[in-house]
Amino acid sequence: MNRLSQLAINDEGFIFDPVRGESFTVNKTGLLIIKALKEGKSQEEIVRELVSSFNVEEEKARIDLVDFLERLRSLNLI
Amino acid sequence: MKLEYEKPVITRIETGLMNKFGSSPLYARKIRKDIDGVSIEKLVEDYGSPLFVISERKLRENYKRLFNAFSSRYPNVQFGWSYKTNYLQAVCAVLHQEGALAEVVSKFEYEKARKLGMEGHQIIFNGPYKPFEALETAVSEGAVINIDHFDEIFELEKVAEKLGKQVKVGIRLNMDTGIYPQWSRFGFNVESGQAMDAVKRIAGGNKLVLNGLHCHIGTFILEPDAYAKEVKKMVEFAYEVEDKFGYSIEYIDIGGGFPSKSKLKGTYLSPDVLIPSVDEFAEKITQALYESLRPGDFPKLILEAGRAIIDEAEYLITSIVAVKRLPDGRRAYVADAGVNLLFTAFWYKFNIELVQEVSGANEPSVIYGPLCMNIDIIDEGSLLPPLEKGMQLVFSPVGAYNNTQWMQFIEYRPNIVMVMEDGSVELVREKEDLSDIERREKLPEKLKLK
Repeated sequence: MNRLSQLAINDEGFIFDPVRGESFTVNKTGLLIIKALKEGKSQEEIVRELVSSFNVEEEKARIDLVDFLERLRSLNLI
Repeated sequence: MKLEYEKPVITRIETGLMNKFGSSPLYARKIRKDIDGVSIEKLVEDYGSPLFVISERKLRENYKRLFNAFSSRYPNVQFGWSYKTNYLQAVCAVLHQEGALAEVVSKFEYEKARKLGMEGHQIIFNGPYKPFEALETAVSEGAVINIDHFDEIFELEKVAEKLGKQVKVGIRLNMDTGIYPQWSRFGFNVESGQAMDAVKRIAGGNKLVLNGLHCHIGTFILEPDAYAKEVKKMVEFAYEVEDKFGYSIEYIDIGGGFPSKSKLKGTYLSPDVLIPSVDEFAEKITQALYESLRPGDFPKLILEAGRAIIDEAEYLITSIVAVKRLPDGRRAYVADAGVNLLFTAFWYKFNIELVQEVSGANEPSVIYGPLCMNIDIIDEGSLLPPLEKGMQLVFSPVGAYNNTQWMQFIEYRPNIVMVMEDGSVELVREKEDLSDIERREKLPEKLKLK
C-alpha cells in the first residue's frame, strides 16, 4: 500500500508518518510534489504544476522531479 | 507572481543526535568566489576545468612564516625545499627566490634543480637510491650528500678515488622518537649502534669526511616533542662523533614532516584545533638545541619542510559533470577530477567550497571522479546542498604531493595556473594532449593499422 496516503502533512512542510513514527521536512517544491502525489497526480501533471507555481523551466523541473522521486523511494515513502 | 524555485528536498528528522557545532548542518556551507581576488568563474572560463590554482602570495607567506619561526629563535637556519612535495618549476623558483636550497631525493630531481638554475652547492641530495653517475656529478658539483646505507659509502669512496679528492658527506640517521611507525628503512640506526659503525667505516676508509647529520622522523607529525627528541639524539651523536673521530659536524638536518592544515581521514577534531602551530614546533626544536649544544656552538640547522609550505597555497577547481542518486539514498556527484589528480584523497579529507550560491538543504553526498574505477572517490560524507551539473567546487589544500604523485590514467592532466602577487594569472603547466602521452611510444611497422 502506498505510504504517502497515510502521511500527515502540514503547510509548513512538516511530515509525520504515523505508521513508523518517522518525521521529515520538505521545502516548498517538495511539499507541492508530495501533496500532488498524494492526490494521485501523474509526473507530467506535477511538472506542469511546478512550472505554473514556481519560476522554473520545464526541463529542469522534470529532472529534479525524477531525482526527488528517487529520494522518496530510498526513504521507502513510495 | 511565481515563487522562487528551489530544488525539491526531503530530509528525515533525526532526533536524539547531538550537534556540538551549534549551527544548522542542514544549511551551513562554504562559498569561495575567488582566489586572491581572481574570480573562479573567470579562471574556469580562461583555463578550463579541472584546474589547479597556486597562490604565489600564500606560498611566499607560508615560507616566511615558517622560516621566521625558526630564524627568530636560532641564529643559523637554512631551509631546503623538498622537491618531491611539488616540483613544478614555478613553485621551486618562488621558494629558491625566498632563499631555500633544493632538497632532492633522486637523479631526476637533481637534474630538475640544476636545470632550473641551482648550483651544485645549493642542492641537498638525499634518498635511498643515488646511481653512481649521479653521485659522481653531485660530488664534482659540490652538492650536500646525505648517505642512506653502507653500499652508498662504498660507492662514494669509489667516486672520491676516481676524482682524486676527499669528499665531505653527511649520513642519515634513524631513531626512536616515539613516532609510530618508526621510519627505520632510511639511514643508519642510532640505538643499535649501526650509525656509529657507519662513522667508523667512513673514518677507516679515509676517503670521505663526515660533516653533517641528517634525519627525517616521519610525515604529518602532530607531536612537537618528537622533534625535540630527534634533535637531542642528533646533537648527542654529533658530539660523540666529534670527540671520537675528530670530525666537525657543520650541519644538523632534521628533515621535514611538519603537518599542514589538512584533515587526516579518521581524525575527529578540525585541523585548526588538532595541528600544533609552527611556533610550537620551532620552540620545541630550538629549545632542544640550546639544551643539548655546547656553549657557543651553533651548527647549521637545516629543515626540509614541504607540505607545511605548499599545501595550503594550492587549490583544485573541479566541475560537476553528473548528478546521481545511490541505491542507499545518498546523493552522488561525478566530478571531472578524481584520484588521478588528487592522489592524497586516499588519506586526507579536503576542505570543499562551493563557487555558486545554492539554495536547498544539505544532504550527505559522495563525490566521485571521472575514472572507471570503484576507488575513485574524492569525498564521502560531506554535507552539500543540491548541486547541479556544470557547477564548480574548490578543493583545498592540495599543494602537497598531488602535482608529483598524480597519475596519467585515462585522462589528460589539466592546466596549472599561478595567481601572482600583482593579481595577474600565469599558466605554469599547460594541459596535456595526446602527443604528450604518446611521444615516447613506438609502434612496430607490421602493427600499423593504415
